[in-house]
Amino acid sequence: MSLQTSTAGRATRLARPAGRRPRRRSSFRRRQYLSAYGFIAPSVVILGAFMVWPMISSLRLSFYQSSGFGPSTFVGLDNYRTMFEDPTFRSDLWRTLLYAVIVTPITVGLALMFAIMLDRRLHGRSFFRAALFLPAVLSLAVMSIAWTFLLDPQVGLLPNWFAPLDVSFGNGLADPHRALAYVMVVGIWKNVGFYMVMYLAGLTTIPRELYEAADVDGVTPFEKFRYITWPLLANTSAFVFIIAGIAALQAFDQVFVMTRGGPYFQTETLVYLIYRDGFQNFQFGSASAVAWVLVVIVFIISLVQNAYFSRRQVTY
Amino acid sequence: MAATTLEAAASARPTTQPRGRRRAARIVLYAFLVLSAFVVLLPVIWMVFTSVKPERDIVTHPSELIPTHWTLDNYRQVLEQIPFARQFLNTVVFAGGVTVFSLLFDSMTAYALARLDFPGKKVLFLLVLLFLMVPSQVTLVPVYQLIAKLGLVNTFPGLIMPRATNAFGIFFLRQFFLGLPNDMSEAARIDGASEWRIYWQIILPLARPALLTLGLFHFMYNWNDLLWPLVLTTTSTMQTLPAGLALFTGEHVVQYGLVMAGATMAMLPMIVAFLLVQRRFIEGIATTGIK
Repeated sequence: MSLQTSTAGRATRLARPAGRRPRRRSSFRRRQYLSAYGFIAPSVVILGAFMVWPMISSLRLSFYQSSGFGPSTFVGLDNYRTMFEDPTFRSDLWRTLLYAVIVTPITVGLALMFAIMLDRRLHGRSFFRAALFLPAVLSLAVMSIAWTFLLDPQVGLLPNWFAPLDVSFGNGLADPHRALAYVMVVGIWKNVGFYMVMYLAGLTTIPRELYEAADVDGVTPFEKFRYITWPLLANTSAFVFIIAGIAALQAFDQVFVMTRGGPYFQTETLVYLIYRDGFQNFQFGSASAVAWVLVVIVFIISLVQNAYFSRRQVTY
Repeated sequence: MAATTLEAAASARPTTQPRGRRRAARIVLYAFLVLSAFVVLLPVIWMVFTSVKPERDIVTHPSELIPTHWTLDNYRQVLEQIPFARQFLNTVVFAGGVTVFSLLFDSMTAYALARLDFPGKKVLFLLVLLFLMVPSQVTLVPVYQLIAKLGLVNTFPGLIMPRATNAFGIFFLRQFFLGLPNDMSEAARIDGASEWRIYWQIILPLARPALLTLGLFHFMYNWNDLLWPLVLTTTSTMQTLPAGLALFTGEHVVQYGLVMAGATMAMLPMIVAFLLVQRRFIEGIATTGIK
């Protein structure tokens, strides 16, 4: 992922002496400025109104007690203090981190495994790729309805199929000890195919000669993975880990459909808490405070992962 | 080509890897892939089959995957019980509206960022990069309040406007525009064409593959989105399908056949679109991550 701004063109243009006809040149430039502002105007207005202002406003809101209807009063850091003292928030925060820490590596690991399997020539390769990718284009909310039923302890298909193997699904989604695990499985199911495709693209950039040379040297498949595939996929992994991590921190859809955060708040995530605080209890102030905790976590994780992977950045 | 030579080389060395073992490995790989594909597709298969089962077959124990009796009753009923046609239309207008406006505004801004000079360009681009990282839930409450203040809750403008441009779209198209050759637009500029004309008649046609990919992303994301339509609509006649179906299952004793008929119809456009443009779609995702 290269994010550097391309200012090279601009720099050379500015560095060039004003030319023989400075007046004409500057009027050309002014015309270009004007049309440029015309081009960016709609986006700037929309981003200003629905991105910049809301971010400032939500930061401000987090210092107020606000129900959104009555007058709001400034309460300083009270929202944050109450939030961090609130056991529900603390366990939601902990649970969200746990969700991300478990779901991210499993999803990315499975994605990488399937990508390696489906990179080679294989009959039915495009069918397998399409099948594994399909969940990525489907609505998680809608498909979670199907998952709810598949996991139902009385009439669900999965408990029924696994009964002879003596695998218990407990009380299904009503089981406080298992519900979170089920929610995680559905989250993984949704995203593996998406990241697999990114890894497939990454794999095509690895020169085949490296594997051929390794074959000549009699290298084992594991060593090929360890010393060729994995290091040369560092750039792809950096990108995939960051977007997978951020997506995991924002888990909401399947929680809303499958459990509504229950049983006994055992599957409530931070985004679900934002929804419940803000749009069911209309506590906009404390919902905003929770949202800013999420922003801070996302930023920290992006920075840490970026730093970690940029140390191992490879160019070849 | 490289792969064929590799395999030829491999089969020429029967001593290091015996034929039989390789075949066994291949069978294991296939078995694993078939099983994985089945597990991944199971909810989809189940959804479709359940939608054509009579309700009494669905809640019997033990339940079965493949229906013994086939019926279209669920489809008939879901059209009566949920304002399905209306919600389908809502989803089309919402997802389609966001896609059209976002493609237009994203590409305009991306054009200015990639091809034009103006004071503040660097700041704007840095802001776009920053917005890429901001989780959308942060702006949810204030954006809702703003829309409510404008009296646009439960309206299409209210649903569409906040999404009519998008940091990811701007970034994605800017990267694509940077890679386009410069000579055609320079020639047009010398001939006195306006920037708008260069953008509309030269750049956009060249960018068609990128626009198609991004358009698919926007459409799919909004078609499937739950939280934003859920928050911004309060009546079942304005809900989109994911919100409508999610709330329907929450409020009623669930008739699964009926809900699954709705779900199948809601997901059908995505499945069809995916099958039609599958290759482009997968390539599109691949290119977003790689420089």
